Amino acid sequence: MALEPKEIYEKLQAAFPDISVEFDEAVPCIIVEPMKWKTVALFLRDADDLKFDSLMCLSGVDNGDGNLVSVCHLDSLAHRHKLTVKCVVPADDPKVESVEQVWRTADWHEREAYDLIGIEYVGHRDLRRILMPYDWTGHPLCKDYEVPEFYNGIKVPY
Amino acid sequence: MFDNSVTTREDIRDRGLRTEEMVLNMGPQHPSTHGVLRLELVLEGEIIRKVIPHIGYLHRCFEKHAENESYTQVIPYTDRMDYLASMNNNHGYALGIERLMGIEVPERVEYIRVIMAELQRIASHLVAIGTYGMDIGAFTPFLYCFRDREHILDIFEKTCGARLLYNYIWIGGVSHDVYPEFVKDVAEVVKILRPTIKELNDLLNYNKIFIDRTANVGVLPADVAINYGCTGPMLRGSGVNFDLRRDDPYSIYDRFEWEVRIGKGEAGTVGDCWDRHMVRVWEMEESCNIIEQALESFPEGDVHAAIPRRVRPPKGEIYVRVENPRGELGYYIISDGTGTPFRIKARAPGFSNLSVINEISQGHMVADIVAILGSIDIVLGEIDR
Amino acid sequence: MGLLDKKFENSNIIITSLEGVMNWARLCSLWQMSFGLACCAIEMMAASASHFDIMRFGVIPRPSPRQCDVMIVAGTVTLKMASRIRRLYEQMAEPRYVLSMGSCSNCGGPYWNYGYHVLKGVDRVIPVDVYIPGCPPRPEALLEGLMKLQEKVRSESLVEEKAA
Ligand code: SF4
Repeated sequence: MALEPKEIYEKLQAAFPDISVEFDEAVPCIIVEPMKWKTVALFLRDADDLKFDSLMCLSGVDNGDGNLVSVCHLDSLAHRHKLTVKCVVPADDPKVESVEQVWRTADWHEREAYDLIGIEYVGHRDLRRILMPYDWTGHPLCKDYEVPEFYNGIKVPY
Repeated sequence: MFDNSVTTREDIRDRGLRTEEMVLNMGPQHPSTHGVLRLELVLEGEIIRKVIPHIGYLHRCFEKHAENESYTQVIPYTDRMDYLASMNNNHGYALGIERLMGIEVPERVEYIRVIMAELQRIASHLVAIGTYGMDIGAFTPFLYCFRDREHILDIFEKTCGARLLYNYIWIGGVSHDVYPEFVKDVAEVVKILRPTIKELNDLLNYNKIFIDRTANVGVLPADVAINYGCTGPMLRGSGVNFDLRRDDPYSIYDRFEWEVRIGKGEAGTVGDCWDRHMVRVWEMEESCNIIEQALESFPEGDVHAAIPRRVRPPKGEIYVRVENPRGELGYYIISDGTGTPFRIKARAPGFSNLSVINEISQGHMVADIVAILGSIDIVLGEIDR
Repeated sequence: MGLLDKKFENSNIIITSLEGVMNWARLCSLWQMSFGLACCAIEMMAASASHFDIMRFGVIPRPSPRQCDVMIVAGTVTLKMASRIRRLYEQMAEPRYVLSMGSCSNCGGPYWNYGYHVLKGVDRVIPVDVYIPGCPPRPEALLEGLMKLQEKVRSESLVEEKAA
């Protein structure tokens, strides 16, 4: 049976009284404490009436105000409901718990978010750059990123 | 399943031979990696123990461009993500912005979009099938598929002038109305395509050699597929009955009668390369069905009626997904109320589909990796974006 | 060779310059390195498939750089790929030619401004003989570019040019 985000939020609140879980009406989405996210994720995946078996998308966002956000879009093939979960972290200490072992989709998506935005996923077993070369410096999708003049002796700007 | 009991390392070591793992590099320039993918194969003799894909050789910074261009200017860049399915990419993006802005598009536009998207799906599958045949060693189907694809490209060209990257589906409408003989032409192309599919079946799909190369190879169980986020023919090939066109309906797909075809393991195990391949073949038939029904009730109207003069979605965010030929294409669009997107993340189907390759190729021979990779049907443009 | 049969009856002798024969042979068998990078590669594939049939010009795709005369760089070259392109180019045997297909490999194409990871023109790493504009160029444009390259080969001399 499909649930609304609000109902899911109430379920989470009841299940985890000591983890800070917030609800954002505007999107609607659930905001979870970054370092407790994996516990919540496991619950979301395994609880019988939730069954979020697939992670559609995981994106990193640079808010531009000193915060980075890791956004997960979850989907349940069994119950046909969806949910958006966000973890907000400060840009100078961007640590989010990895859910790579909960949904394997997250493996590459987290690597991408690390590569392009710079969010560090704690507990990820293979957190390397994925799209950019391994010797690249900086995270290009940050709002304050500046393109280097040269890369390995090749001129980069036009 | 796959029997490799004879050649394990331990066996050889017991006989007093020194063994060593070999690391073989495949790509980025390799004729059967379908672009610039690099695979690092860890081998034990001829048996694959591990596959480490390295991607990013075609990272073209789509998301950076999206943050710097206006909403309408992003459309050409979506074309270039999955260059075999440009129409579908345009469609998904336009759909996202329309939902953000609350635009209702005219009937005629919806019909044109669906017809175009389905034609594109057939064209894309034709390339996938043709090149898959070529990977496995059958060159003729490639020529046949490209011959038939040209018919579809002719229609696109007559409509919007481009053969490959169209920039056709705009926010709120389409760039040009279709030309007067459009309905007749499309009906004719569908008539040409149906026998082709049969021809392909005779020539390639039920060929003994082809089945031997693909059946029981690269078996992807349904639960693994879901956990890895595989979508599209990958997921349906594993027997999961899921298609966004039916299960998360967008546009006007709910008005047509068609079937979601899934792999049943006719030639071997459910979820092997042959199943994935056949799902594509069957999907072409279903697309033909959809197109024929859409042509029957093709309405009149003004295709430019709902195109907004200024694209400025209200503050907010949306995740929209459509069924691409390769699976679920998602756009996560954040708008801050200005004329440029704040952030667009594209969730490419190939990205998740490719990540499963390590799981499904272990224990197979080196030669099978080509069959497995081909059956995933990757397009590096969307994987790297 | 029905054409020639009727012209010569028993004595099959043609007199021409060695250079002419050599260049003719070379320009009619420009083996191509199949090097598809991005969207343009699809048009390159279309050019080698049934409708456009690039093989009638003697262009046969070869997977190995060692066997090739011409490298068609079809698509966007990224910084990660640039060193590989250079390496592959160096592996080709001389005389070698490079055809740059599409705006991307000419100058960065649509990615010229914000593409932090796109090489703005393949001529920054390897020398290019013929540029084919378009995004993507039609297969006909590729054929035209190929004929331009053939003209270039035809006009080449086997003797090293002396400095004037
Ligand atoms: S020139 Fe255009 S079609 Fe060719 S690779 Fe670049 S973006 Fe793609």
